[in-house]
Amino acid sequence: MKLKTLAAAFAAALLIGGAANAQSANSGTKPNDAQIAHIAYTAGLADIANAEQAMKKSKNKEVRAFAQNMLTDHKAVNDKALALVKKLKVTPQDNDTSKAIAKGQADERAKLAKLSGKAFDKAYVDNEVAYHKTVNGALETALIPSASNAELKSLLETGLKIFQGHQQHAEHVASELK
Amino acid sequence: MRAGLIAVATALSVALVAPAGAETINVTIDKVAYAPMNISARVGDTIEWNNVDLVAHTSTARDKSFDIMIFPNKKQSLTLKKAGEFNYYCKFHPNMTGHISVKP
Repeated sequence: MKLKTLAAAFAAALLIGGAANAQSANSGTKPNDAQIAHIAYTAGLADIANAEQAMKKSKNKEVRAFAQNMLTDHKAVNDKALALVKKLKVTPQDNDTSKAIAKGQADERAKLAKLSGKAFDKAYVDNEVAYHKTVNGALETALIPSASNAELKSLLETGLKIFQGHQQHAEHVASELK
Repeated sequence: MRAGLIAVATALSVALVAPAGAETINVTIDKVAYAPMNISARVGDTIEWNNVDLVAHTSTARDKSFDIMIFPNKKQSLTLKKAGEFNYYCKFHPNMTGHISVKP
C-alpha cells in the first residue's frame, strides 16, 4: 500500500513534470537532463537523511551496517553527479518529481521518529526496500531512457546497478529481522 | 621409438615444473561487476581485486572462508590456500557475484 502510494505519486509527478515541460518547451513528455539530475540527486539526499536517522536510532548491527553503506554510497554517487553537472554546465532544476520524493521520504522519517527498537528497525528497512524499488523502477523506465547526455546516462546506469544492490541488501536485512 | 620416449620425458618435466610458479590473477571491479566473473586458479596463486568503481565493494565467500573489503581506487589480494569451488559476492551489493575454481 505504502509502495503503491509512493509509486503512484512518483508516476503522477513525472507526468505532471512532463506536461509542464511540453507546454513550456514543446519537447514532449520526457524530463530534461537538468530535471533528471535533480531527481536523482534528491533521491540520494533523501536516502542519506533516512540513513542518518537510522544511525541515531538503531542499535542493530546489520541495520547500522546497511545504513552506513547507504551514507557512503549515496554520497559517492551524488558527489559524482555534482561534478558531472558542473562539468556539463547544467543547473539542476527543481521539479514536481523531486519535490514528491523529498516530501514522501520526509513524511516516512516523521513516522519512523515515533518508533524505537525492533519496530524502528523493521519499519526503516521495509521503507528502504520499497523506496529503492520505486526509485530503481523510475530510473529504469523513465529517467535513464529520457537522459540525452551520454555521461549522465552512464552515471545513472551505474547508479541503478548500485541501487539494485542496495535493494537486495535491504531485502536480506529485512529477512534477517523476521 | 627412442625419439618418442624423449618427447614424453620432456613433456613430463615441463608439466612438473609449470605449477611451481604461482600466478597473480587480476580481477577488475567496475560498474558493480567482477571481471572476469569466473576464475580458474591453483593453490598458491593470488587473486588481486582492483576496484575502479565509484563505491566500496567486498569479495565475500558464501562459505565465509574469506571476506575482503576493497575501497574505491584500491587493490586487495588473497592467496589461495585450499582447493575447492568458491562462490563469492559483494555484501553491500549482492547482485555482484563471482566464482573461483581452485585446483590443488
